[in-house]
Amino acid sequence: MADDRIQRVTMPKWGLSMKTGKIIEWFVGEGDLVGKGDDLADIETEKIAGTLESPLAGPLRRIVAEPGVDLPVGATLAVVAPAEVPDDEIEAVVAEARAQLESGELGGEEEVAPSRVEIDGRSISYLTLGEAVDGGGADDPVVLVHGFGGDKNSWLFVQQPLSETHLVHALDLPGHGQSGKDVGDGSLDTLAAVVLGLLDEVGARRAHLVGHSLGGAVVAAVAAAAPDRVASLTLLAPAGFGSAADAEYLRGFAAASSRRELKPLLGRLFADESQVTRQLVDDLLKYKRLDGVADALHTLLGTLLVGDRQAIELPALLGKVAGVPVTVVWGEEDRILPLPDGVELARVKAGHMLHMEAANEVLRHIRATVD
Amino acid sequence: MARSISYREAINEALAQEMERDPRVVVFGEDNVGGTGAPGDMDAWGGVLGVTKGLYGKFPGRVLDTPISESAFIGAAIGAATGGLRPVAELMFIDFMGVCFDQIFNQAAKFRYMFGGKAVTPVVIRTMWGAGLRAAAQHSQSLLSVFTHIPGLKVAAPSNPYDAKGLLIASIRDDDPVIFAEHKMLYDTTGEVPEESYVIPFGEANIVRDGGDVTIVAIGRMVGTATEAATELAAAGIEAEVIDPRTTSPLDLDTILESVENTGRLVVVDESNPRCSMASDIGASVAQEAFGALRAPIQLVTGPHTPVPFADSLEDLFIPDAQKVIGAVKTAVDWKK
Repeated sequence: MADDRIQRVTMPKWGLSMKTGKIIEWFVGEGDLVGKGDDLADIETEKIAGTLESPLAGPLRRIVAEPGVDLPVGATLAVVAPAEVPDDEIEAVVAEARAQLESGELGGEEEVAPSRVEIDGRSISYLTLGEAVDGGGADDPVVLVHGFGGDKNSWLFVQQPLSETHLVHALDLPGHGQSGKDVGDGSLDTLAAVVLGLLDEVGARRAHLVGHSLGGAVVAAVAAAAPDRVASLTLLAPAGFGSAADAEYLRGFAAASSRRELKPLLGRLFADESQVTRQLVDDLLKYKRLDGVADALHTLLGTLLVGDRQAIELPALLGKVAGVPVTVVWGEEDRILPLPDGVELARVKAGHMLHMEAANEVLRHIRATVD
Repeated sequence: MARSISYREAINEALAQEMERDPRVVVFGEDNVGGTGAPGDMDAWGGVLGVTKGLYGKFPGRVLDTPISESAFIGAAIGAATGGLRPVAELMFIDFMGVCFDQIFNQAAKFRYMFGGKAVTPVVIRTMWGAGLRAAAQHSQSLLSVFTHIPGLKVAAPSNPYDAKGLLIASIRDDDPVIFAEHKMLYDTTGEVPEESYVIPFGEANIVRDGGDVTIVAIGRMVGTATEAATELAAAGIEAEVIDPRTTSPLDLDTILESVENTGRLVVVDESNPRCSMASDIGASVAQEAFGALRAPIQLVTGPHTPVPFADSLEDLFIPDAQKVIGAVKTAVDWKK
């Protein structure tokens, strides 16, 4: 093995289904000094594009991956090493990386499979990444709760990086993803009971809860019901601040059954509508075609909306959770739930799907809350 | 959750889930059990290519072997449908459909219309189509356009396991008669299929691949051939959009037109004989609706106007391959007025 001062930046795995990705553009060049968290490159997967932040610090000695070439997860993209490491050692690592790529051994790594558990008679699917860290209160796991019509895969840019330092569970709420499609009365209490049931299942006395949109209201309801089980709340564009909402989107999403109906609606989720790829639309259509989903979404609409206004009152829920730190983050171009007035929040450059569109910034806010 | 299963297994699973959900669903055809009376599925074939294998053990009394008389059991299926059951009849090869045309064209397809909507005929006729199995001229035809021609029938022709399951469930739940055409060369192909039941609506095409230079519409097994061609064309700098209509009746012409309005070029790949085919039908509709968008003549890639030959070498020549598709695309892309 080569000098351990030589480190590789590799193709990340964003989400369970990601097998390959390609560099769209490098933001750094050979010889640049990169810091941890610096934007290195934009990477496109078949589902969505994202920005790779540097996991390493030091001089970028070589760029191995050319833009536009499909590479498997784990492929070496660039090499970082201190200036005193001689060039021929760097070349040896690059040659080794190329040989590894040609051997085809990459991409065959074992799949992390979601787990399934019965909670209140409902079959709930969840994915666990990372390991528990001992001591200092940092051992509370993080639980990620998606929004209306979403699923655990919407955390693709968040769960994997966060799992490097925390135990992270992402679940599919009832009616979503791979969970059972029975949502009961669809109330926040019903959904919150599922999250609490998951905490019991994974043996977490307490957890950091992160919720997006409807999931934000769900985790607030968890904290209101059991404040001692919640170490912190990170609310990403949560439902229930103010009464304005794009009711046409919500109803249209629940009703849409074809690509032609769904695609224009999905554009409203993002600041940059080009984020809506064919794959994203296809995946959502596949979800929406499952037996029981149409009924589930229809029931949940009743939780979200009264007429064209939001039905959830988040401040009332948060009033019951004194002592639990709360962070609110919002995409400043959110067209589904517009930025509320009079709420202390952090803004990021994104639409409603801020954890996909501004994943790295959102990740920083989550880390700041849970660390 | 999704796991990878074969086209054959996807069809079997759709049948099993619908039989479980709805006691009115019954399955019958030649050798659909293949061993009636045998314990479990010990001696049961489950149809000539094993698609219904195992159903007899799970649903005894609801999977039946029929005499070798297509006209009789297709008629029985249609009658049973009007009487309140939801039969799924298997007519081994689409080539044998001729002996029950009256039951299908003049009876099943007409009931809803002629009884003013008071009668429904929720029958599914599963049948194998397409060339490639070395099964000669009487077992290798692609007769989709014959059924597509008749108002009152719906026609599905899935190209992959995911579509096969979702379209078959849609067919069984549909109140109209459906010709469900399974390509015999696809049974062993695999793909991701959810374990849960789901419905793919009729008349919604699948965009298999995005591209801005040419639109390739392909049906059944030809979707794979078109995709193979598109991959090779991409290496030459030509990006093809590949569209699989999934159902030929109803046909999602809108998706095809939207694509052609963007690309200006259309290639239709259909392994049937060329005259009065799905290729000529789709080509004519696009010429009529989107003439102004076309930058080159529509190219049709089909078999020749001959029976499907029995000789391996000639059958291989009959079936369009990726090179023929690439040739047609290049003709369209290189076209100068």
